[in-house]
Amino acid sequence: MNATSVRPADTPAGRKAFGPWRSRANISAWTLSAPAVFFIAVLFVYPLLDVVVISFTDPTLSLVNYREFFSSPLYARVLGNTFWFAFLVTAICLALGYPLAYVIVRYGGTLGFALLLVVAMSFWTSFLVRTYSWLVILGSKGPVTKLLAWVGFDPVPQILFNSFATTLGMVHILIPYMIMSIYASMQKIDPNHLRAAASLGATPFQGFRTVFLPLSLPGVVNGCTLVFIICLGFYVTPVLLGGPRDQMIAGLIGEQIEELLEWGFASAMAVVLLATTMALLAIYNRLVGLDKLWG
Amino acid sequence: MNDAYLCLKDVVKSYDGHVNAVDGISIDVRKGEFLTLLGPSGSGKTTTLLMIAGFEDLTDGALELDGRSLANVRPYRRNIGMVFQNYALFPHMTTETNVAFPLKMRKFPRDQVRPRVEKALELVGLAEFAVKYPRELSGGQQQRVALARALVFEPDVLLLDEPLGALDKNLREQMQVEIKRIHGEVGITTIYVTHDQTEAMTMSDRIAVFNDGKIEQVAPPLEMYHRPATWFVGNFIGDSNFFEAAVVDRSAGTLAVGSLGEITAARPDGGIAGGRVHALVRPEDIRLIHEGERTEGLNTFDMSVEGSVHYGDSVLVIGRVGSLSLRVRVPGAQAAAVVRDGQLRVGWRPEDVHVIPRD
Repeated sequence: MNATSVRPADTPAGRKAFGPWRSRANISAWTLSAPAVFFIAVLFVYPLLDVVVISFTDPTLSLVNYREFFSSPLYARVLGNTFWFAFLVTAICLALGYPLAYVIVRYGGTLGFALLLVVAMSFWTSFLVRTYSWLVILGSKGPVTKLLAWVGFDPVPQILFNSFATTLGMVHILIPYMIMSIYASMQKIDPNHLRAAASLGATPFQGFRTVFLPLSLPGVVNGCTLVFIICLGFYVTPVLLGGPRDQMIAGLIGEQIEELLEWGFASAMAVVLLATTMALLAIYNRLVGLDKLWG
Repeated sequence: MNDAYLCLKDVVKSYDGHVNAVDGISIDVRKGEFLTLLGPSGSGKTTTLLMIAGFEDLTDGALELDGRSLANVRPYRRNIGMVFQNYALFPHMTTETNVAFPLKMRKFPRDQVRPRVEKALELVGLAEFAVKYPRELSGGQQQRVALARALVFEPDVLLLDEPLGALDKNLREQMQVEIKRIHGEVGITTIYVTHDQTEAMTMSDRIAVFNDGKIEQVAPPLEMYHRPATWFVGNFIGDSNFFEAAVVDRSAGTLAVGSLGEITAARPDGGIAGGRVHALVRPEDIRLIHEGERTEGLNTFDMSVEGSVHYGDSVLVIGRVGSLSLRVRVPGAQAAAVVRDGQLRVGWRPEDVHVIPRD
């Protein structure tokens, strides 16, 4: 008799003893998740697969849609533009969001609460409403135009329907994601770490650079990933606030479907966008772990 | 040895302007001394420590280190090492980098950093854990890293804020010995905050007992135990029998204690004739009187036993003499003599009665 054969879990009897338990747990797990799985399968996975199929089959079974996309400089420019905007918006969100999250966490109190409330409120307000509000604010009869005219600009510069307005609108809509992510990771930093740093001879700036900043980096990575990926697929804001030259890929997809009825080509672009997003998430998963994305 | 090194003069701290968390305390800490701030939570001991470290400003009073005021010295310029209750090790740094941190911040020459870090890790017995991250270390090991980090830059004073609070009992006792050994080796002036009287008793050169923002008494552990200056100290440290008594004859040491009648105290120094005093008798100073034993000079009573708790090394007998309850601690070896119900004859020497004035 060798050593392994005496372990009960390895014997058929041992396995049997655990059997009913395991399958009962499986049944309840399936029951609990079935509605969600059904919902996602019917309303998300099937349409998505359909998009993939259409991209290869409309108008004929071929790679023609992809060939068209990758061979035209126009579409390459739109894809590049999309990435550039996503990068720019992410960078601005980070630059503005980090100090704000820092103030909320480090100073707290009434100021911190008020700031947190403002961030949460803009998070809860429909992004469509917020985008339209920029149309009003930046429009030709809006307060900003009036102010510029009053200051003496003649003619008043165009501030709507260009990349400035697009960037502004997207930063406004996405910055809560950045702030919330960074806030969550800063919140976890033990204030005693900063006291310890000070007692060990670190000036406040040294303490920030060597202790606080590295410990808040997970939130920065999360926030950047979230904002960047949401940016890539953003549709409404660039379409409403941007000019024709600021087309992003989601806008282009919409145009192809609504105006040109090019279902196959639009689907191919959607698949490219989806693949890019998945690739980014895969990299994130490799470096950080997907389960940490929501804090 | 007697000259003051770290002086707290009438230090007051108020967070809200109404209540004083620290209410006018003065202590002179000697160079190389191991001083423990002992008290219940909320008594102001940690606030005092934070003021010494520079994390809290003084509302009033003065702080001096080696004759120089610390009033306008920022925490990072104070040269005071601190060990935090939860260790506060930097989780993104290894043991080595954690310990090297204060040296880098203080711009020690590069060639000095390594040997100093190695020496500090050796001092706490963690040389082989240099490249581990805090999360890979046990609680006791993290504690040692925190100690090494607070000592490596040779600070003037070492502050420890309930450093053993998170450890289990055995480890806590080990670390008590360890911290004492390191204190002996390094000889650094140490201020140790705890609410655990055993820690205070076993480790300190002197103990300062805090209560409600004030210091009740500063004394060496044994003096604190046997000659508490106030009722609070006597009650907080060790187990005790407190009797409300009136001084009958000061020179004879006679006290009137409720249903005990008159007892004798060897040194009723705390009370004046006719004055109201507390008489303290430690339970372990009370012993069983056996049949036929000579009891001249002893205070002896018949106690009706109400219950007993066996600790193995000792037995705590709880009972009454008249209307007064009495706690008697009998060595474990005499456990057989303790009756479950009924009467025990007990007694104590006049020297074992400690008298504290009652206000």
